[in-house]
Amino acid sequence: MDSYFSILFTEVYKILFLLVPVLVSVAMIVWLDRRVWAFVQKRRGPNVVGPFGLFQSLADALKYIFKEIIIPASSNKLVFVLAPVVTMTLALISWAVIPFGEDFVLANINVGILYLFAVSSLGVYGIIMGGWASNSKYPFLGAIRSAAQMVSYEVSIGVIIINVLLCVGSLNLSDIVMAQQNLWFVIPLFPMFVIFFISALAETNRPPFDLPEAEAELVAGYQTEYSGMMYAMFWLGEYANILLMCAMGSVLFLGGWLSPIDIFPLNAIPGPFWLIFKILFLFILFALVKATVPRYRYDQLMKLGWKIFLPFSLFYVVLTSSFLLYFDLLPGK
Amino acid sequence: MIAHSVFFYVFSLIAIISAVMVTVSKNTVHSVFFLILDFISISCLFIMIGAEFLGMIMLIVYVGAVAVLFLFVVMMLNVAEQKGQWFSSRWDGGTHIPIGLLVSLIIFFEIIIVIGGWKYKADLLNSLSINISTEVTNTRSIGNVLYTDYILLFQISGMILLVAMIGAIVLTYRERAGVKRQSYVKQISREREEGVDLVEAERNKGVKIDA
Repeated sequence: MDSYFSILFTEVYKILFLLVPVLVSVAMIVWLDRRVWAFVQKRRGPNVVGPFGLFQSLADALKYIFKEIIIPASSNKLVFVLAPVVTMTLALISWAVIPFGEDFVLANINVGILYLFAVSSLGVYGIIMGGWASNSKYPFLGAIRSAAQMVSYEVSIGVIIINVLLCVGSLNLSDIVMAQQNLWFVIPLFPMFVIFFISALAETNRPPFDLPEAEAELVAGYQTEYSGMMYAMFWLGEYANILLMCAMGSVLFLGGWLSPIDIFPLNAIPGPFWLIFKILFLFILFALVKATVPRYRYDQLMKLGWKIFLPFSLFYVVLTSSFLLYFDLLPGK
Repeated sequence: MIAHSVFFYVFSLIAIISAVMVTVSKNTVHSVFFLILDFISISCLFIMIGAEFLGMIMLIVYVGAVAVLFLFVVMMLNVAEQKGQWFSSRWDGGTHIPIGLLVSLIIFFEIIIVIGGWKYKADLLNSLSINISTEVTNTRSIGNVLYTDYILLFQISGMILLVAMIGAIVLTYRERAGVKRQSYVKQISREREEGVDLVEAERNKGVKIDA
């Protein structure tokens, strides 16, 4: 029995070692998001609490903790409480497979990329449950919109992942990174990277695709009835998902923990830092998009997903596979 | 192995209980949530026997897509009332219980036949025509079989799905009159001349605009 407990304790220790930085960086990333947003619009942004306003998120969190949690009388109470928990849990469990370096990963599973894809496709449930259990018009409309949107854009993300997998020949995330030692996939698959980025915006309900919570039409979408810590959990889950999408983009296209060129001053920097740089780079792009682009109309959103992204990425699958076949570059022979 | 069997019993217990709850629970949306829980625990069981690819595909396809659409339908249509009616005799068309019983009996006998066959042929795993290698990841071995030996069947099933999809669209598609559509080509090809009209307005008379 002792060995069980020792294994259990080391695993719990590792999980905490991963989750605590993720949660802290989620709080920091909210601050960064607001700062970049303000910077683009020539405002100051949060700059009062702590140096550069760095502790703004902590102050907000404190505020959320002390606020009263209101559960609507006509809501479905159990599902209502479960929804933010589901969102948060799903956003956090996917970090288990992200490789921060060689042998620096919590669970190096064979089907890592499928796991990520599956967990991100489960993310819809938090939103649907929240919207339905609120038993109110706006949240329900927001939830339905969000679910339709996430299901649609998942399809194109899946096809994009197939493109990358064709070049790697493995579903393991560490293998995907190691296959990019000579050439990051962003160069040969650049159109796919762009489509992945846009689909990631839609998948995480970020502007310009934030229709589920379009405040001009739906108050706050599925979050309308939530307050206090439950609302904060939705927020945390959302930002953890955004970070996860950035991590997924870095692993799939930007070479994960690898340095851009394998020369001295660059490859001396440890792998995790490179991954964090790349995640931050992608996140700042996310924030810039939020600050500059107006919101899409719903039919435009659906048109973009189904009529433009899906056919184009399918075409690119054919292109990639025929290229690999013609030049005899197919992996895993 | 203790941990393994503990996890096995936990997941199977959750699977069975949630499967029962799917049929028992009064609220239809709750039924779908239990169905999702059932799918998830079954995919956990798949992963536990080493079929990680199947488990993940189960999660992606059934939980990620099918169950979402199912939930949509249940939320949109008011199935709850019908469900109440079907299983009581208040509904004019009689109850659905006899048909349900018939279907479940057929499924029960099918399962018995399958399990009976399994028991009868003791070394089933060794007698399979495809040998299962433990060294190759199961994604690769499924791919090896699916895209070589069974490529025709695989493509035929794909075709059937495509036909079903097109059929569903054709059956439900209705041409609606008076729908405004955005045409990007029309918008982009608009010239300044036709977009803006400079009119010399006469004093005290104004301009008469007719479209």
